[in-house]
Amino acid sequence: MIYKGKQKIWSDYQKEIPSDHWFYVRSCIRQSFFPASEVHFVKIMREVLGKDLYETPHHTTCGGIAYHSDTIPQETAMTIVARQFALMKEAGYKNLVTSCITSFGNYVEIIETWREFPELETRIREHLWKACKREFDVPEYVAHASDLVYKFRNEIAEKAQYRLVDKDTGEPLHIVEHIGCHYSKMFPHKGVGGAEYPCVLSGMAEAWGGNVIDYPERRHCCGFGFRQYLVKANRGYSVSNTHKKFESMEPYHPDAIITNCPGCPYFLDRWQYVISEMNGKTYGQDGHGIPVLTYEELAGLVLGYDPWDLGLQIHQVGLEPLLDKMGIPYDPKKKYLGLNEKDIMKPGLPRHLKCC
Amino acid sequence: MKRTPSKTVLVIGGGIAGMEAAARLRQLGLQPILVEKSDHLGGHVADWHKLFPDMSEAAALVEKGAAALDGVDVRLSTEILFVNRLRSLYNVMLSSGSNVQCGAIVVATGFSLFPAEKKEEYGYGIYDHVITNADLEKWFNTGEDPRVTDDVRKVGFVHCVGSRDLKAGNTECSKVCCITAIKQAIEMKEHFPEAEIYCFYMDLRLFGKRYEDYYIKAQRDYGIHFIRGRVSEVGENIEGKVVVKAEDTLSGRPVKVTLDLLVLMAGIIRNPDPLPYDRRGRIPPKQRQSRGHHRI
Repeated sequence: MIYKGKQKIWSDYQKEIPSDHWFYVRSCIRQSFFPASEVHFVKIMREVLGKDLYETPHHTTCGGIAYHSDTIPQETAMTIVARQFALMKEAGYKNLVTSCITSFGNYVEIIETWREFPELETRIREHLWKACKREFDVPEYVAHASDLVYKFRNEIAEKAQYRLVDKDTGEPLHIVEHIGCHYSKMFPHKGVGGAEYPCVLSGMAEAWGGNVIDYPERRHCCGFGFRQYLVKANRGYSVSNTHKKFESMEPYHPDAIITNCPGCPYFLDRWQYVISEMNGKTYGQDGHGIPVLTYEELAGLVLGYDPWDLGLQIHQVGLEPLLDKMGIPYDPKKKYLGLNEKDIMKPGLPRHLKCC
Repeated sequence: MKRTPSKTVLVIGGGIAGMEAAARLRQLGLQPILVEKSDHLGGHVADWHKLFPDMSEAAALVEKGAAALDGVDVRLSTEILFVNRLRSLYNVMLSSGSNVQCGAIVVATGFSLFPAEKKEEYGYGIYDHVITNADLEKWFNTGEDPRVTDDVRKVGFVHCVGSRDLKAGNTECSKVCCITAIKQAIEMKEHFPEAEIYCFYMDLRLFGKRYEDYYIKAQRDYGIHFIRGRVSEVGENIEGKVVVKAEDTLSGRPVKVTLDLLVLMAGIIRNPDPLPYDRRGRIPPKQRQSRGHHRI
């Protein structure tokens, strides 16, 4: 591996990311999968970095998941997106930041389509006006939330309580990064670092002390792939994709996987349980799995937020081995206590995968 | 020799084509001037090892071409600063400071190789054992390249890297890449008789005399595997070996092979035309020259 070669490519794919005043749009599914990730992104931006991040309760789905599942045509998705842009215009913002990778890809694809076919944009303006009497401006900048965390990765590193370093040996932790397909595979210049060697997540991991692994199936799909999972008959294909990735990364002994997509952390996390039930195989140390985190969760951990406040108990794969390695204290008794110490109930344990 | 401007022909480019053109012009009784911007003749062939389809020595061809230049005014390390048209002649200013008036100009400025790092998915400049066709020829000549190890057992050749590729901005076929890949694959097999060699191609464009025989020989006598399908991505495994994913479009299946060395057949990009043509395709006369010097 020639690191300088990657740096050269990264220098070709640096995108302009304004440092403040963002209109934030949340994901449809991330709040169910990783309930504290978005909350902590907002907290980190506002409370740790002092940034202006605006949200509106009138925001809806972007239509991306339906569009990619072939249940709505693109013009419908465009009109939904046009309404989000109208909300942003009404709030007085010009920079859009999305929580979801599919949304990010959807927004970027639509803006690029309008740039190529302006008559389509005109038609969508008419649709939106007929539907809800709103008008919109195309955002000046569209970023994914991981772009912002990447931009402020060094500020986060300065404020970090913990680093991605083995507290006993002082060695950097081995981090696998997995980028959502809709981040830069469609439009390489819209992602930090391009499509082949994106550095949006690896940049964070390195800034916080980790060592990023480049393994042969790094670019391979996480296993979600929309129709691979949404069509029930294809789910074997979904799990086999995930299995392929884990077999490929196993020799590098990863300590954690960091992701920036709603589907990827979910499938990389949950399918480890399924694989262990199917063939008894686990990929972490001593029967554990490999912890899978969103970038907000990882940022929260290094900044010293309580692991259970970050929602890490919702993961299928136990995070305790990673917390122990990083030297992050946690109270096992509080793992399944929610807000106001409400008992959220302990789940049943798998046969093979050690979860605590 | 006293120079007659109307019989003087300026040949731009001292590669094989320029050398051949200059030699033939001299044989015809004209007075060629051969201008080459580098400090040696032979162009790309001067850096090559052996040539298809007869494995003749590239250096011998360059030597033979140079020997045929007897009577040709050869000017190395010289560039064209500007060209303009007189009534019946061309006026050419050279970087050496001299001025040449000639009756005709032959443009033989040749080609550049596609920068393989632009095809990011192939990992040139990223992975330790990914090289180009030009790198391999240098290794054939010098035996020195840390990317080519002594224990090579599996080698892959990727055809059409940056040629016939709309996305890479070069839709033209390089014409000689396929046969060069076959030549290099055979040469590698001769260096490493135990090695398995794979050629990943879109389709083989073997138009020349004896090229098809050479292709059959590569399969029959050297056991080289030809896989019809494009490489989708290249990675590196924990041992530092190159992992190549491709599609075999004949069997309709994806293939994945782990290699010790991957050679990218960087395509040919025609060098830009150096002459300042006007809209009618003519070199403008001196008084209409307004855009300054044209460095070539």
